[in-house]
Amino acid sequence: MYSVNYHRAASVADAAKLVKNGDAKLLSGGMTLIPAMKTRLAAPSDLVDLSRIKEMQGIKVSGKTVTIGAATTHFDVSNDEKLKKTCPALAHLASLIGDPAVRYKGTIGGSIANNDPAADYPAALLALGATIVTNKREISADKFFKGLFETALKDGEIITAVSFTAPAKAAYEKFRNPASRYAIVGVFVAKGKDGVSVAVTGAGDDGVFRSKEIEAALAKNFDAASLAGVKVPAKNLMSDIHASADYRANLIAVMAKRAVTAANA
Amino acid sequence: MGIEGVGARVARKEDKRFITGAGRYVDDMVVPGMKHAAFVRSPHAHAQIKKIDVRRAQAMPGVIGVLTGKELKADGIGNLICGWMIHSKDGSPMKMGAWSPLAVDKVRYVGDAVVIVVAETKGQARDAAEAVEITYKELKAVVEATKALEKGAPQIHAEAENNLIFDWEIGDAKATDAAIKAAAHVTRMKIVNNRLVPNAMEPRAALGHYDKAEDHYTCWTTSQNPHVARLVMSAFYNVAPENKLRVIAPDVGGGFGSKIYIYPEEIVCLWASKKTGVPVKWVADRTESFLSDAHGRDHVSTVEMAFDKNNRITGLKVDTIANLGAYMSLFSSCVPTYLYATLLSGQYDIPAIHANVRTVYTNTAPVDAYRGAGRPEATYLLERTMEAAARELGVSPAELRRKNFITSFPHQTPVIMNYDAGDYGASLDAAMKASDYTGFAKRKAAAAKQGLLRGIGMSCYIEACGIAPSAAVGSLGAGVGLWESAEVRVNAVGTIEVLTGSHSHGQGHETTFAQLVNQRFGVPIDSVSIVHGDTDKVQMGMGTYGSRSGAVGMSAISKALDKVEAKAKKIAAHLLEADEGDIVIENGALKVAGTDKNVPWFQVALAAYTAHNLPAGMEPGLKETAFYDPSNFTFPAGCYICEVEIEPETGTTEIVQFVAADDFGNIINPMIVEGQVHGGIAQGIGQALLEGAHYDASGQLLTASYMDYTMPRAGDLPSFKVSTSNTPCPGNPLGIKGCGEAGAIGSPPAVINAITDAIGIADIAMPASPPTVWAAIRAAKH
Repeated sequence: MYSVNYHRAASVADAAKLVKNGDAKLLSGGMTLIPAMKTRLAAPSDLVDLSRIKEMQGIKVSGKTVTIGAATTHFDVSNDEKLKKTCPALAHLASLIGDPAVRYKGTIGGSIANNDPAADYPAALLALGATIVTNKREISADKFFKGLFETALKDGEIITAVSFTAPAKAAYEKFRNPASRYAIVGVFVAKGKDGVSVAVTGAGDDGVFRSKEIEAALAKNFDAASLAGVKVPAKNLMSDIHASADYRANLIAVMAKRAVTAANA
Repeated sequence: MGIEGVGARVARKEDKRFITGAGRYVDDMVVPGMKHAAFVRSPHAHAQIKKIDVRRAQAMPGVIGVLTGKELKADGIGNLICGWMIHSKDGSPMKMGAWSPLAVDKVRYVGDAVVIVVAETKGQARDAAEAVEITYKELKAVVEATKALEKGAPQIHAEAENNLIFDWEIGDAKATDAAIKAAAHVTRMKIVNNRLVPNAMEPRAALGHYDKAEDHYTCWTTSQNPHVARLVMSAFYNVAPENKLRVIAPDVGGGFGSKIYIYPEEIVCLWASKKTGVPVKWVADRTESFLSDAHGRDHVSTVEMAFDKNNRITGLKVDTIANLGAYMSLFSSCVPTYLYATLLSGQYDIPAIHANVRTVYTNTAPVDAYRGAGRPEATYLLERTMEAAARELGVSPAELRRKNFITSFPHQTPVIMNYDAGDYGASLDAAMKASDYTGFAKRKAAAAKQGLLRGIGMSCYIEACGIAPSAAVGSLGAGVGLWESAEVRVNAVGTIEVLTGSHSHGQGHETTFAQLVNQRFGVPIDSVSIVHGDTDKVQMGMGTYGSRSGAVGMSAISKALDKVEAKAKKIAAHLLEADEGDIVIENGALKVAGTDKNVPWFQVALAAYTAHNLPAGMEPGLKETAFYDPSNFTFPAGCYICEVEIEPETGTTEIVQFVAADDFGNIINPMIVEGQVHGGIAQGIGQALLEGAHYDASGQLLTASYMDYTMPRAGDLPSFKVSTSNTPCPGNPLGIKGCGEAGAIGSPPAVINAITDAIGIADIAMPASPPTVWAAIRAAKH
């Protein structure tokens, strides 16, 4: 790791100021940034630590409206009693991220700001039609995730929270890369008042995306049986040493089936 | 056996320091004035070095020295060598290209060391390493052995035309061809053995310390054989004469073969210490380990197995291409030859065998012995072929094997080995019983009801361990003898130090070797210290690999104990005024047999050192040395049965049962033996299902971290059912065969046989990862 100046931000406003230092980067759980710095693939001059900012922490549930502070850890999301009642699928998703050490440090804001194409949260937020709240504006999830490790965030813009309306039914299923245990394919299905939405992570060569084929099949009948024979095209899916695009296309249908079964359970 | 003797499940003495974090590894060593090194490594698989500019790096903060291969050569440091000469079938010697510890003109794989930077801190050394400017002219690379042999392939070493290192054969080609021609049935297979990265828990490390006052070097290094390291660094690399070089291999966190070899880094650290005037430490990070540790396996073979009308094997013809990587590592040449083709008879009576082996340079990390070394490749080839043959012939795989088992011993195979003892039917029976083999059809039907494909596969392996009779390996080209040494020092109060040339890097020698002493003299194991891993303390020894520490290392100890016992009995007889032949050792005392006259062990020791009252003419002291050279290899063997369930829609394989029935000869500590088997099977299942080093066509290693290289985790493995049924080895005084590699040798074909059985296909590539299995199921349907 190269040497770096560390700043602990006291508030969002403080962080917004500090991030103007040199080639500063925002640090939340650091589950991606710190390993990248250790292997010298990332070399920020300054780190602005958001993880102790009170206003960015915690989960609020009001009726069907859920708001999660950006610095809330995966562990806290997975264990929040109100969230488990309102949107158990998201709590379950958080419990599947990484290992216990990662879940104690990693945060929802950090995960979506990084937008790793194999991360879990982007699928959930896209399928839930979530809103990403920053210190400047509100961005809808479908406008936020722009591609591999790319988001709509501008330089120095800080995610403070995400919010969404809990769907009637939802579930997340993923198939893990046997080495990294990231998703080779992760599918989040949600059935709400605006219909069915299905978002896929781990597979798209441009990052998280919605599967029109699966959504169309489920719109008629939200049942795993509706997916029998549904073909997901392999076009625009990733092919790498871990899985071919064909295999990923197959897994999208399989994981979607399992997610629908879980959502209906 | 007593509670601490041979055969007892004694908890490992060394584990207290390991599990409390008190072990002392090379990276824990600190000497005054010590500085830190980083290596600049080639980012290219194949390139000419046009220019190296170190000026900017030299000016960086904390930098003490930036040294290149040119300076190393100017100081007379030699090239790395392969220590086992193989001749091609035309009589020409193997074509060994130069391997400079720091590349001078050319780099040949990603990770090839080019420059060493020494600085005050590790971070400063790395910063400066990044500031070294090297101008390369990239050359076309080749990573697959079969492609490296093609006309027009990039030429990697001038010495080896078309990248062919040697074209070697063993056995009788004519007789084998005739057997195939006359056969009632011939099974033909193409067998690929995937490349693996050893992944010891502790990465390689070296600390070189040059003492100007004494003109003496000390090297702390992660070695399985510190004396061999000293010998090779002195005799071939010209680092220092042996009496001026001390090599210490302290606690070493796993080796699996990868720490047998002498690598560039320890040589360069020693040289750099003299050059810069400071002790120099280097510790690999994990990606450096992936890039530069010697890899394992990587064979491509074709096989023809001939049967007569009674399903008896009449001939076996094998053609193998082995990838040795960019340079010939220390024992790389013997792995695909004498550790591989000599085991191609397996457990079977095969009258005619012929194997042809070509070894090839490629632009990849050097390949050498990895747990099993050649024997897993032989076993995989043979046991996959047996399974395929059984399916083609429509007979039970178990019965086809049984029919062809060797049943009388000694048995001379057509490929050098002379098997001394074994009972292959006993292992097969034990494994079939433990796995409820006959109940498989029911379990398969039950799995099918849940939509799962269930399959069963077996593997009957044999290996040659206890490496090895020195004269025999010498006649086959080895540059060293493979005996072992021991010194037993009884102290004046009766406690004992055993100095052994074997090296423990996870094997538990501090416990098992002490158990042997306890068995002989009744001394508690806590009063027995095992000393190893330091050339200044221990007499010359040959180290630990090839499952040899029990069969060879302990046999040397046993010989030294014999000498100690003889002298102790003489002293006791003198003290007890009895006949020497009447003295027996019981319960920690030397007794006159059949009487209550005795003298405790410690009093005999004391008498030896006070020397007040010794037999006339006897030298004082109680300390003996022995060298033991085995008369033959040992031949552990066994039968493994694996049962899998495959989920067709994802291709996920779950190992639902794994049975191992081994014959290891006599066993010192069953718990440690079981641990060895468990670890070996974990690595074998790793090879079959999870692991695979993957280079892209340009020679970049795509699996250079745990994000991409899948190591087996506990959750990937079932609870193993292991058992042993042991026929003592007649070749050594303890009857030990060795158990360190069996698991890794026997398990991959059992797993793949089970998967191909479940899917109903002839073959599948390793690692049989979910996408590979899913694609195979899909292909089988069409």
